[in-house]
Amino acid sequence: MTDVGRHPRIKLYTLSEVVDVKGYVGNFDVKILKKARYVDEKECTACGDCTKVCPVVRPDEFNLGLSSRKAIYSPFPQAVPSAYVINVNECLGQNPAVCSKCIDACEKGCINFHMSDEEIVENVGTIIVATGMEPYDPTEMDEYGYTRFENVLTSLEFERLVNAGGPTRGEVIRPSDHKRPRSIGFVQCVGSRSARKGKSYCSNVCCMNTVKSTLVLKEHAPDMEVKVFYIDIRAFGKGFEDLYKRSRRLGVQYLRGLPGTVEELPNGSVRVAVENGATGALEFHDLDMLVLAVGVEPPQSTQRLQEMLGLQLTSDGFFLEAHPKLQPVDAATRGVFYAGCAEGPKDIKESVTQASAAAVRAIRLMHKGEISSEPITSEVIVERCKSCGRCAEVCPYHAITVDVKKKTPAVVNTAACAGCGTCAAECSFGAITMNHFTDKQILDQVDALLDQSPQEKILAFACNWCSYAGADYAGVSRLQYPPNVRLIRTMCSGRVDEKFIWEGFAKGAPVILVSGCHIGDCHYIDANHWTEKRVAKIHKKMDKLGIRPERLQLEWISAAEGIRFANVMNHLEALRKSVTPQEISQTVEILKADEKSVH
Amino acid sequence: MENSEKSKNRPRIGVYVCHCGLNIARTVDCEKVAHMAGELEDVVVAKDVSYACSEPGQHSIKEDILANNLDRVVVASCSPRLHEPTFRQMVQAAGLNPYILDMANLREHCSWVHMDDPDAATEKAMDLTRMSVARVRSLQPLEPETLPLTKRTLVIGGGIAGIQAALDLADNGYEVVLVEKRAAIGGTMAQLDKTFPTMDCSI
Repeated sequence: MTDVGRHPRIKLYTLSEVVDVKGYVGNFDVKILKKARYVDEKECTACGDCTKVCPVVRPDEFNLGLSSRKAIYSPFPQAVPSAYVINVNECLGQNPAVCSKCIDACEKGCINFHMSDEEIVENVGTIIVATGMEPYDPTEMDEYGYTRFENVLTSLEFERLVNAGGPTRGEVIRPSDHKRPRSIGFVQCVGSRSARKGKSYCSNVCCMNTVKSTLVLKEHAPDMEVKVFYIDIRAFGKGFEDLYKRSRRLGVQYLRGLPGTVEELPNGSVRVAVENGATGALEFHDLDMLVLAVGVEPPQSTQRLQEMLGLQLTSDGFFLEAHPKLQPVDAATRGVFYAGCAEGPKDIKESVTQASAAAVRAIRLMHKGEISSEPITSEVIVERCKSCGRCAEVCPYHAITVDVKKKTPAVVNTAACAGCGTCAAECSFGAITMNHFTDKQILDQVDALLDQSPQEKILAFACNWCSYAGADYAGVSRLQYPPNVRLIRTMCSGRVDEKFIWEGFAKGAPVILVSGCHIGDCHYIDANHWTEKRVAKIHKKMDKLGIRPERLQLEWISAAEGIRFANVMNHLEALRKSVTPQEISQTVEILKADEKSVH
Repeated sequence: MENSEKSKNRPRIGVYVCHCGLNIARTVDCEKVAHMAGELEDVVVAKDVSYACSEPGQHSIKEDILANNLDRVVVASCSPRLHEPTFRQMVQAAGLNPYILDMANLREHCSWVHMDDPDAATEKAMDLTRMSVARVRSLQPLEPETLPLTKRTLVIGGGIAGIQAALDLADNGYEVVLVEKRAAIGGTMAQLDKTFPTMDCSI
């Protein structure tokens, strides 16, 4: 940590959050909100004189409330930066100054109540997302009595208790009476691997963390009775099995089965009722203290960052990598990488490994000092442009400029264009070509598909990042679904032009699907809003023409939703079976007549 | 010169249907798909290959491109999300623009999801290949643009992962902006006592 503080090439912003990201790979403009510390970071020598005089006492977050701190404090003894910080909501001394004892105590004059939050913009080429995790809050698992019984702790609280730098200087004492416990139990999978409460996934670190804790306890007090209640012990990593064996050898009892209930005894100890999986018998264990091995959750900031950077999440809520095996640290957004628990629960070694990988992936992109852009961008056909401004209006990247008043044709800034193709789909004059996904290229695919036996086929448009990837995921998972569907890939569902749909129905398609990322998850910021509006417009027109609107379906399927993709395919096939050959030929006739009336 | 002359003539398309070992071939009749593709307009050569992405697979396609003077290529194999970069490089190595390649997804979207219906899967594979040939016919060569890049990295989060990434980058000479929402870096790791498997201190 100290290496970061003194590294000449690392600019550290603490008490700071990223509030906005603009731009693209190679040129991101990042807006950072730096909250006021009220203590000069450079001048403060961490002498602690201010803390001594501060009259406000509050629970210390670092020790999870097991000790107290003042309103001006150092986050923890080895903190980087070492400068103290004032929690302004707790401090009595600001505006008008009623206390200001710390100001008087600080010889160097580092404390300044006039500091204000700052907004800083930094230009960067790449971004590494290392937002970590939050421990599971076991309040909802009331059967373990976490909020009711003082001697039931989470594993992180226990960490602070056994830590030599912690509130008890490493002495294990139970909170209710400050006595040394003679017996301690650990409950595994609290908030993990549960379909009922908490999360369904394995949190990866809790088994080994508990094994470690039992070893620490046995080292402190070899006579202590230590019991672990578990489903399985997952000691899969290098050296893990040895630690587990050592723990058993030292007399730690591993009991298969999670407690049903926990009751408090008059002396503050707890009675744990558990069905022993080995014997099938209901057992009661009286323990002086109980530790809940809580799982790992994605932090709350995840969703906001996901929207800002156009990233995807897995169904577990962690960030989704570009490819689970081959690009495990890359985001689907070019220039963005993941490190640590942001991508999924992992231990320190894995986090360090992934962080180094992410750094190298970023370097690989940056070392040339220039970047070649994807040429899949849109292009204006100047002669056809009527300067209506529609393309500029729908572009999520503000990459198109049109002077509507002067009637100058639209201009695409190819560096800013990300290639979603929404502009081309929205242009009523055919004045925008989306390179590599031109009208002709897509219409030719539609025609080739519906050339023979169209009534048996389902035409589906899928965006590259979510729905097409969701179909890939269904494949990787070997989910079986009806074979009638054929996908046409576009980069974004926003590219799906109205005329592709009419062409499909005119060529005899019984059912058409448009699919993309969920609203709010669009890889192209919010281009799929236009998809939604467009489909609503087509539905209206279908209704007016006497074509059943259900035959055009719109579904949002994410890259992680293989099961959902397969379900949608089953639904579409049922829908297709409901469309009779008469209905299809009627539609073809209707559209032919409509075409004539237009021209 | 040669290119503009070519574009005046009909396209010359090569189609390669990959078995992917048995991943595709167990369900889809790849030979039949290749045979169908060979009958399509503008298709000069259509073949089934055991592993298109393998070194020998790519080599034989490259040789074919040169020998038959192909100007467009369809690889009917797995998801383009996996191997499009591979095959783009391959056609580029054969002297073609990487954007005149198209892929039909016969694995993730076909053989793996219709395992119990080989006939329907083969029908679908033929459709997907036909669609791909239709698309490749009008694909245009594209040239990437070179843009300037800022050699700096933003690291969001100052836990163990953020710290490690920031140090690796900075030690390699890159500037790093490290943003941490708490008052100090260290994250959850700083709160831990001993850490497994080495049982040493976390800080």
